[in-house]
Amino acid sequence: MGAGGLSYPAFRNGSEPRRNPIAMKSHFAPVVVLAALCACAPARTKQGAQVSPRDSVAPAMLGAVSTPNADPFPSTYVPFPSAPVVIRNVNLITAAGPTIRNGMISIADGKIVAVGATVEVPAGATVIDGNGKYVTPGLIDTHSHIGVYAAPGGQALSDGNEATNPVTAHVWAEHSVWPQDPQFPRDLQGGVTTMQVLPGSANLIGGRSVVLKSVPSRTVQGMKFPGAKYGLKMACGENPKRVYASRGPSTRMGNVAGYRAAWIQAEAYRRRWDKWNQDRKGDPPTRDLGQETLAEVLRGNILVHNHCYRADEMAQMIDIAKEFGYRIRAFHHGVEAYKVADILARDSIGGSLWADWGSFKMEALDGIKANIALVEKAGANAVVHSDDASGSQRLNQEAAKAMAAGNSAGIPVSEDVAIKWITLNAAWQLGLEDRIGSLEAGKNADIVLWSANPFSVYARPEKVWVDGAMLYDRTDPRQQWRTDFELGYVRTPAGFNR
Amino acid sequence: MRHMTSKTIRGATAGVVLAIGAGSLPAQTIAITGARVYPVSSSPIENATVLIRDGKIVAVGAGITIPADARRIDASGKWVTPGLVNAATQLGLSEVGQVAETRDDVARGRDNIAASFTAWEGLNSYSALIAPARREGVTSVAVVPAGSHLISGQAAMINLVDGMPSDMVIRAPIAMIAQMRSMGGAGVGARGELLVRLRELIEDTRAFARNRAAFERAETRDYAARRLDLIAMIPVVEGRLPLVVAADRATDIDAALTLGRQNNIRIIIGGGAEAWMLADKIAAARVPVLTGSMNNIPANFGALNQIQENEALLRRAGVQVVTIGNGGSSDEETFNVRNIRQQAGNAVAYGLSWDDALRSVTLTPAEVFGVSERIGSLQAGRDANVVIWSGDPFEFSTVAERVFVGGREFTEMDRQELLTERYKQLPPKQSMPVR
Repeated sequence: MGAGGLSYPAFRNGSEPRRNPIAMKSHFAPVVVLAALCACAPARTKQGAQVSPRDSVAPAMLGAVSTPNADPFPSTYVPFPSAPVVIRNVNLITAAGPTIRNGMISIADGKIVAVGATVEVPAGATVIDGNGKYVTPGLIDTHSHIGVYAAPGGQALSDGNEATNPVTAHVWAEHSVWPQDPQFPRDLQGGVTTMQVLPGSANLIGGRSVVLKSVPSRTVQGMKFPGAKYGLKMACGENPKRVYASRGPSTRMGNVAGYRAAWIQAEAYRRRWDKWNQDRKGDPPTRDLGQETLAEVLRGNILVHNHCYRADEMAQMIDIAKEFGYRIRAFHHGVEAYKVADILARDSIGGSLWADWGSFKMEALDGIKANIALVEKAGANAVVHSDDASGSQRLNQEAAKAMAAGNSAGIPVSEDVAIKWITLNAAWQLGLEDRIGSLEAGKNADIVLWSANPFSVYARPEKVWVDGAMLYDRTDPRQQWRTDFELGYVRTPAGFNR
Repeated sequence: MRHMTSKTIRGATAGVVLAIGAGSLPAQTIAITGARVYPVSSSPIENATVLIRDGKIVAVGAGITIPADARRIDASGKWVTPGLVNAATQLGLSEVGQVAETRDDVARGRDNIAASFTAWEGLNSYSALIAPARREGVTSVAVVPAGSHLISGQAAMINLVDGMPSDMVIRAPIAMIAQMRSMGGAGVGARGELLVRLRELIEDTRAFARNRAAFERAETRDYAARRLDLIAMIPVVEGRLPLVVAADRATDIDAALTLGRQNNIRIIIGGGAEAWMLADKIAAARVPVLTGSMNNIPANFGALNQIQENEALLRRAGVQVVTIGNGGSSDEETFNVRNIRQQAGNAVAYGLSWDDALRSVTLTPAEVFGVSERIGSLQAGRDANVVIWSGDPFEFSTVAERVFVGGREFTEMDRQELLTERYKQLPPKQSMPVR
């Protein structure tokens, strides 16, 4: 990917251009402005048959999406086979209360059965001695581009930004995901069991995100978190205005006009369809994929994830949301979230934030390491996100840095709070807080066994379970997922367990 | 404020100090006592004293006589190490990654050669990113030209003291920077062609050096580089200045070793993603490797086999290993020069011994770049670059409680701390009311 004349630090392991598509934070490509949007395909059901619009109104159970053909790419994920497991003699950082020292956890049938000082050991359960190590919930990354900016990179795998129009609400990230991206198994090895994969930030409205499980699959459908709501990626500030400088928007005021124009159209579209859905009279309105997505946001069925760095811009995005009656679930990156943390708390808007990124562009100039701690202190939902396939593997370390920064700045943060930044709070931002994100009976058995306290730099995941199935075991190469791409291309050193 | 609980001078004087733009205390005699001291050049010493006078370390050990006029700092229960060295940064050369006017890290060069580029001479010693690096225990950095030219320029080692670039430089140049990663950047179409261009440059430099008078009389053939670039390359071809070759693919590293051997050039491998695959050859060639332990993604076809055990495997083979870089991706590099300690901690998690990890961010980079008489260890005569840590320097919960560079303690709040203070309560604390 071109770097506009600026280039990369002299030595960096394995990454070449500064704007390395594998690991870059302002995910957009140099833009060739194309003329037209795509033509829209006819409506299809899950079975693939063409349907009449009358039949296509989805039942409420389909992810509560009420547009025609609500779930055209349904999840085919099923949990991997599992047997009951009990881990004993282990410290449980639960994200649901105080850490349980030297406790036990029992999982079966893909769910957490019990967590406590002692739990019943079911007959036939495999008992693992935790040896004083640590268990946490599976980590959740709210901001990933794995799959859409797949390794080994290059233009061929650069599928994260449909940078052909400032508003591309019609694109869905899942259609860019390469399930053989070797970054997926590495994320799993880092303890990440659920991730939101988003389009990049080139556009004002970049398209739909998708929530995936870190599991091997031939298809993206096989990775999709069943029942998870879609997200909508929006982006403030420098990226859209730079990408579209020649055709507009080329300014922040142009950005805001662009959002509002899109929502005005979407509101009209929503009214037309809602009316038709009620009356069923005459021909249905013409479908428009982009408007469908935006209308679903207005109906509250898709969660808005808004890339936005500066405090003043966040405040403006909040007003736009109020003008059109939608809610922002979370601001992403939010380098200045600490300046408006009280406003985020008041409006129940989360922050998906970096532990320590800043200064790489003007809107990131005021990055501080205490950002997350300050957002937490103000009572807003705080999350450590990655936006980076390398950082995603070490969300625990990122959280540890953010916790330490809070403590150093006189804003005490406990481990029991910091764990939520990478688990339960992230689950809330994805609308999955009832199913994942904490060690509580009834929740999905997404758990990580760590070699040491996960807030230590020396800790590594030893075993990772997804829905009760152990999908990673550091000591057993047979329990280490290798993508098709890696076969014959990527070596492992003899004698090292990865 | 970084240490709300410890009574440092910072709290009392932060505002004043910032206003006058100083932020360091004058050099004096300082005795740091009672700590677990890691000299790095020798074994750790419990309950030891580090004695500093006039910016230099005077003595290190247990049972040292402390002069009456010394300022005593009780460091009981603390860990004391040499200041950390980050041996690959653009600190002071790149302030705001995407704002071109704040960047002086990439020379234009000619024909993809910028050997004469002395990057440190354009250093911004008022960079707001220096203090945060120092705050977390980094006291020296290599300032390295960026860019993907065949030859990007020359690097220098600097101390993070207050002053002008000329006050900061420990040694310049410390190395010439080349790369074998980007054929486009080197202006070639294939790896083999890149090597040809390097050989041509070496040969022409030799020819130029043999008969500069003829060149001045325009009696020589055309050379592969312009005059100043040829002059800059002379110490490289004479084996006096190392050539850092940024290379990742194992085969490229092998080619760099061959180039060095055939031409009697001192090679240092930078990046070295796949270096572990030929660790024994690298060790036999006595070639140091600058690399990290937080990259395991087959990020491009030239680095498919990068693994986090790289440093450990190289060290095991006997290679001099310098830990560089951070775990992130790109432009936050200068913002996070401080994350060198996270990188070292990860090296330990992936098999490097703790002692080797500390060495890899202190004495080894000093040795590799020829400045071990100045920095990298706590020994008499060395610059008093000393950090008092609350514990293991690689752990996130550990704080660099006191940082000395050249015997001066730095206490001023950095820009990030000032912002934190301002917004600790909302609406923010400012002299004018803010809503």
